[in-house]
Amino acid sequence: MSSWTDSLVGFISGIAWLPDMSAGTIMVIVAVLLGLPVFTFMAVNALVAVYFERKVSAFMQDRLGPMEVGIFGFKGGKKFWGGIGQTLADAIKLLVKEDTIPKDADRPLFILGPFIIFGAAFTAFIGLPIGYGLVISDFNIGVFFISAVSSVGVIGVILAGWASNNKWSLYGAMRSAAQIISYELPLGMSLLLVVMVVGSLQFSEIVLWQEQHRWFIIHSPFTVIAFFIFMISGVAEVNRTPFDLPEAESELVAGFMTEYSGFRWALFFLSEYANMVIISLMTAIVFLGGWLSPVAGLLDMAGVPAGWYYLSGPLWGIFWIFIKVATLIFIMMWFRWTFPRMRPDQLMYTAWKVFIPFALVNIFLVGIWELIFA
Amino acid sequence: MTVSEKSADNFGVVKAEEMVLNMGPQHPSTHGVLRLKIYTDGEIVSRIEPHLGYLHRCFEKHCEYLSYEQVIPFTDRCDYLASMANNHIYAMAVEKLMDLEVTEKVEYIRVIMVELQRIASHLMAIGTFGLDVGGITPFTYTFRDRERILDLFEYTCGARLLYNYIWVGGVSHDLPVNFVRLATEFLDYFEPQIDEYNNLLTFNKIFIERTGDVGVLPADVAINYAASGPVLRASGVKWDLRRDDPYSIYDRFDFDVIVGDGQMGTVGDCWDRYYVRVLEMRESVKILRQALAQMPTEGDVHENLPKKVRPPEGSVYFRGESPRGELGFFIASDGKSKPFRVKMRSPAFCNLSLFSEISEGWMLSDIVTILGSIDIVLGETDR
Repeated sequence: MSSWTDSLVGFISGIAWLPDMSAGTIMVIVAVLLGLPVFTFMAVNALVAVYFERKVSAFMQDRLGPMEVGIFGFKGGKKFWGGIGQTLADAIKLLVKEDTIPKDADRPLFILGPFIIFGAAFTAFIGLPIGYGLVISDFNIGVFFISAVSSVGVIGVILAGWASNNKWSLYGAMRSAAQIISYELPLGMSLLLVVMVVGSLQFSEIVLWQEQHRWFIIHSPFTVIAFFIFMISGVAEVNRTPFDLPEAESELVAGFMTEYSGFRWALFFLSEYANMVIISLMTAIVFLGGWLSPVAGLLDMAGVPAGWYYLSGPLWGIFWIFIKVATLIFIMMWFRWTFPRMRPDQLMYTAWKVFIPFALVNIFLVGIWELIFA
Repeated sequence: MTVSEKSADNFGVVKAEEMVLNMGPQHPSTHGVLRLKIYTDGEIVSRIEPHLGYLHRCFEKHCEYLSYEQVIPFTDRCDYLASMANNHIYAMAVEKLMDLEVTEKVEYIRVIMVELQRIASHLMAIGTFGLDVGGITPFTYTFRDRERILDLFEYTCGARLLYNYIWVGGVSHDLPVNFVRLATEFLDYFEPQIDEYNNLLTFNKIFIERTGDVGVLPADVAINYAASGPVLRASGVKWDLRRDDPYSIYDRFDFDVIVGDGQMGTVGDCWDRYYVRVLEMRESVKILRQALAQMPTEGDVHENLPKKVRPPEGSVYFRGESPRGELGFFIASDGKSKPFRVKMRSPAFCNLSLFSEISEGWMLSDIVTILGSIDIVLGETDR
């Protein structure tokens, strides 16, 4: 299946007036051309998600949230859009803030840490499609690639915690390392189940399978369990409440981010929200039919002939996938503003004694299910 | 002395090098400026030394240079979350020294104010306890309701935190018009809210996992350390000065003394200490309803105010139940207009003293939980 990289490479090599370039040069140009939109997407995503989070939390906590900083006429008052400029103001504040590095910190590692975390989140977007062919590069090992890349981030967390030379940061980093490594396993195992059924690691193949058969969340009882394991491990993977131990503000001040400020801190922030999108996108693609229209699925099952009311197609696909992602992100925020935090040993208990055995048995059972029903 | 089993998982069997961690004085969950010197073995805490004194303001020494009436604003600033209770007990101590009677109406107003204050203080305690275990939303809910109580106080005496309301021999202002109606409206609004806190926090599975069986305080240890208030009652000791040593007009009201029953673990765990406070708010509502119904409408609250507070020579110890426990004032008088000596028996200080006893062997996260469940106010601990 085609991807943006393929199309762009074809387009650039097809331009007559350009001088002859090696394939490597063209790839560099394409990488820059595609990297910039991804970076922009991450930045805009953080802006929107923070605003969304603030308003969601305000809604849940019986308060108004940001109301004062408006832009272009959206000023204050008791309107939902009141504080729409707040995150923009915060972003500007972060960028112009003094960048401090503690005297006893390990300078190179301290600087490197946030970039590794950011890089991991940034790279993961390469393999995530939002439609057939609407992807930077449609790997045939997409699922594996995302799992591999997103676990690189933990190195950055450990570096940041260690290099800060602060005990709270170290605690946060150690907790984070244990947590992310533990939750990689159930995450991967519940993905494995889907891969087993489809027979491919490619995201577009997985969605195609769901288009031809049914969404994975309703495929079998075991995929439902896998969905929940995946979703909860995903929340743990992105360090959000009730699994936000690495940055538990009431215990560890700010965990591994304690000593960071300004732009470096903003990088942590960007990656946190980008990771939320990555996990939600993966959940949506693998279990919730990706860009498939839920309306079409229901109507098809009811035997209604295809028509415009199916609301499916490439543009509708983008709409549906973002609706699904937004819903999943909302659920994560709902968790955060409802649950207390777990304790490190309880977190480990959940991963090793609950999720991993369940996920393992699940793989076995779904194999039997496939033998009987497929 | 039986100290309960630390944990089923046998934490800390393998010993490693200890790391000293300074928690505070500036830390989000030390409830003020408490400094804890924590000796940790990984996440396991092997020893804790609380260091006090960062908020020491020489309250007791100041009192020796102030007249008896001038001390009252200072008592406000000791336990700033329960100023009314401090005012009340100090005023009653001086009245006992002077053998001064106050009118019926004043007694009722005082009880109403103190019980409202108890609800406000417990709301603060359970809200911040929720924060300590990581739940942010319960805090905003309890603060929303605490706000209504502060509005009532503001309506009565103009202040929202430091009231200087209960004076020796009376109260500073009579209740404003409509106060009884507003207070009843508040109680009608407030009682269902307790169920909301329970739904959101108390019976949340994660919350129970975090607090049940954690930081167990056996009754004998609690008594040995002179604990009082909800901390003592959560360990199963039925001891409430309002019932056991009735002062003011508390013997006229029908209310229960709540004790911990180990519903979610062992008797005296953090969950019990938390839940005792939740249930005590219900009891306070009960007392308030009775007091509001029985209160005489006629009478001057300034009737018995002495022209000059000048107690005879002698000394007195008076104790009462503040939201945090047994608050006592020892006042020695040499017959002059200034006290010779004022000593405050602070419940938060005594409760804090058992903190290191019950928190050894728990994880770093539990330290925050245990400290939150003791509900200290540093203004009162350091004075």
